[in-house]
Amino acid sequence: MKQHEFEALHQALWQQIDTALEKPAHVDNAELLAEHYLSLCQHLAVAKERMYDGALVERLNNRALGLYRELYRYRADTRLNLYAFFRRDFPLAIYRHRFYILVAFVVMILPGLVSGTWTYFDEDAIYSVLDGSEVRHMERIYDPESRKIGREREADTDIFMFGFYIKNNISVAFRCFAGGLLLGIGTLLVLFFNGMFMGSIAGHLTRLDFVDTFYPFVIGHGSFELTAIVFSGAAGLRLGYAIINPGQSSRLDSLRQAGREVVPMLYGIVLMLTIAAFLEAFWSSSSSLPIALKYSVGAILWSLVLWYSCSGRRHESR
Amino acid sequence: MLDTAYRVEIPGGIHLEAQVVGPIPRIFAFSIDLVIRGIILTVLSIASIPLGADGMGGGFFLIILFAIEWLYPVMFELLARGQTPGKKLLGIAVVNDDLSPVTLGTSLVRNLLRTVDFLPLFYLTGLVSMLSNRRFQRLGDLAAGTLVISISKTAQAATVDDVSPLAPAIPLSRSEQTSIVDFLRRGAQLSQPRQQELASILEGTTHQKGEDGVERLRRHGAWYLGIR
Repeated sequence: MKQHEFEALHQALWQQIDTALEKPAHVDNAELLAEHYLSLCQHLAVAKERMYDGALVERLNNRALGLYRELYRYRADTRLNLYAFFRRDFPLAIYRHRFYILVAFVVMILPGLVSGTWTYFDEDAIYSVLDGSEVRHMERIYDPESRKIGREREADTDIFMFGFYIKNNISVAFRCFAGGLLLGIGTLLVLFFNGMFMGSIAGHLTRLDFVDTFYPFVIGHGSFELTAIVFSGAAGLRLGYAIINPGQSSRLDSLRQAGREVVPMLYGIVLMLTIAAFLEAFWSSSSSLPIALKYSVGAILWSLVLWYSCSGRRHESR
Repeated sequence: MLDTAYRVEIPGGIHLEAQVVGPIPRIFAFSIDLVIRGIILTVLSIASIPLGADGMGGGFFLIILFAIEWLYPVMFELLARGQTPGKKLLGIAVVNDDLSPVTLGTSLVRNLLRTVDFLPLFYLTGLVSMLSNRRFQRLGDLAAGTLVISISKTAQAATVDDVSPLAPAIPLSRSEQTSIVDFLRRGAQLSQPRQQELASILEGTTHQKGEDGVERLRRHGAWYLGIR
């Protein structure tokens, strides 16, 4: 069959497809596209095989590409199944990242313990980590004397702090993850310095005996926040290690594989940090609640997070 | 050879081809998006002033700031088939490396890793990465398995009804025939002198010069096309 005849034969269908592609979401159009996808693929194959001219092949190719992009379009309702995610995908991802999580945890906790011990015993040590105004600001926040017992922050301010925690904490977690691409070094640095800052602040405030204001504040949201930061570190280290030790595959394939596997971790991190920001802004900040209640709720939250994080093993296929 | 064609076999049993897009259109698209983000941010921050800068308004503003910084590209890539407004204007789109539209996971990975591509400043790392692989992928694209392709509209074929077909004097191979047909169908995209220059390559065979040479080739093209 000559090209002219071929074009004349199929022109009407191609026209229909082009029109349908302009409004692909419409039911009739979607049906038409699905129905004629294979015909179009065949036309393209035939046109190539018979060496019809480049312009025709290009138009058929672009039409098929457009159709293909419609058929395999992302569908929000089918791709992220929240129930399956919480029940299986996220715990399983945590289980599969367990060694990276362990490394991230150690890299964050060790500098925290060391600097915490140091600031606990040495009055001036805190100034080598933070500058003077930051230290004074922190002391003012947690000083039991400066707090009027029973005075609640206004609801407005809580919402401000919620936004503040969302922006800061999730950004830190994202950067911690992204730093993994620099052979994991960026991730290690973020973990190290975060651990060091938190450790020295805790040590310093303990030394000043602000125990009853500081720990009840951090224990609740800390469960979600610290765990999520460690998870983001683990996801980053997964990327870094995929580049350093690609095993049997090429470095590029290994990186791409890792990029796929960390995705559930990323979803989980965002969710956990949103919960943490919510707790920090609306629960932890409340100063009228009894300390015992805060510790109990904190203990429950920690148990929940740890139990959930350890529940993935049974989903691993053996 | 410098070739931006990217081929992939799709479930239809055929090879689809797309043109990957280099840094320049992507920088333009990014700049347009930057302006749009700036406008959104300005409008929403003004709108949140009445709610109180230190209170609820400030809180919303920070959440918006976060969303625009991290989630703006993800949202558009998902809902608008791989196209942020800037990419749409430039006729380019993000796709998975099998040319299917990006999913939440791949889009999230490529956009979070943007931070590293930005280092040390102005996307230098991303630029170096784009220029050192054949598919113009920045680091985020490499990790997510995504690429940016051109999906601009293709030009309609020139109508050739006015050309009267003429059988060539000697038989030609299939690929030669295709070239002649291509010359007919795409000739209009070239200037007259360039068309004549190309036609003059075959002067020894067609024995025609200048415009007549072009016309002769077009007639042969029409004949091979199957017009009778």
